[in-house]
Amino acid sequence: MAETIDQKQNFLKGIVKDNPVFVMLLGMCPTLGVTSSAFNGLGMAVATMFVLLMSNIVVSLIKKQIPSKVRIPAFIIIIASFVTIVEMVLEAFIPFLYEQLGIFIPLIVVNCLILGRAEAFASKNNLWSSILDALGMGVGFIIALTALGAAREILGSGSIFDFKFVGEDANTFILFILPPGAFIALAYLTYIFNRLTTKTAK
Amino acid sequence: MSNKQSTFINMVVTLFVITIVAGMSLGFVNEITLEPKAKAKLAKKVNGLKQVLPAFDNNPVDELKLIKSEKAKDSVEMYPAFSEGEFVGAAVIGSSEKGFSGLVKIMVGFKPNGEIQNIVVLEQKETPGLGTKMKDDKYIQQYRDKNPSEFDLKATKDGGKIDALTGATITTRAFSEAAQMAYEEFIKYKEELSKPKN
Repeated sequence: MAETIDQKQNFLKGIVKDNPVFVMLLGMCPTLGVTSSAFNGLGMAVATMFVLLMSNIVVSLIKKQIPSKVRIPAFIIIIASFVTIVEMVLEAFIPFLYEQLGIFIPLIVVNCLILGRAEAFASKNNLWSSILDALGMGVGFIIALTALGAAREILGSGSIFDFKFVGEDANTFILFILPPGAFIALAYLTYIFNRLTTKTAK
Repeated sequence: MSNKQSTFINMVVTLFVITIVAGMSLGFVNEITLEPKAKAKLAKKVNGLKQVLPAFDNNPVDELKLIKSEKAKDSVEMYPAFSEGEFVGAAVIGSSEKGFSGLVKIMVGFKPNGEIQNIVVLEQKETPGLGTKMKDDKYIQQYRDKNPSEFDLKATKDGGKIDALTGATITTRAFSEAAQMAYEEFIKYKEELSKPKN
């Protein structure tokens, strides 16, 4: 009985209370790097969520077999394998997205969100909790990256999901497509997000 | 938690087993994605040929010419196109290693007089949202119907006539270098290409 409430919290915490991007500020490399458009952000976040889910599952299943002194290398090997699988599958079946994300797919390996969840959660909890944790964190990551990508695309390209709503030659804030724009947009979104969530918590 | 003890033998065996399993599963996935990957690449090539060449009725993939060039690591691919037996142009794959993240590979379609018909990007790892804009029509149309013998393909910053992509000058340079290379190879081998195979 208490278990079910706990699991619901477990899933939801990744979306609101411990949102990986807006609250824990984890996984900043892809967050800042690929969110130049809403679609890129979404694609990246879905790929990351898949890796996170698979690595959480495997880590939680074999956690008792891993001597604690070599747990980090073991986790990294597991994560890197899934990332490489994602890369190969994307190249074979969704070449369009593969090209868009380019170098950032292999970099999922060093996304500290994934290693962080493996180390802090999956290596201490059972399979079912780890799956929910990964799903919650993944959805939180998807929301964050899509929101950031959408904000930057709207301001920087004058479009949303590649649908252009301003003229071809209209002046947009190109700054928001460039790296500094990522920091600025992220800062404002983080502010808005925390403002909203702390209000509802009171 | 009753984790395994961190003895030397335990650590070695665990890592060994994990790497073996990881290696085997990667090999397995590589095996099953090998064919779709090649297929996706070929489909892209055929699609690219249709976009960069004037209407043709032969199969340029069959008449592929491979040429050694000192400017590229791999040999340069050339696809001659014919319509009713007449040479209507050729697609040449140009590449440059000087992109922001390495290799930029483009396919340039030339008319028999050396004018650029169209360009498509085949491979690149540029920054999403910046360098990847080289695929946009707005950028590529600068090259269309231009003859590199009288139209300098370099970016305006380098004394040429191409407006560089915002925030992606390096990508623009690589792109122009690849186009220039394709042009030079096309001119060098034009005679050979324009002869029908049979």
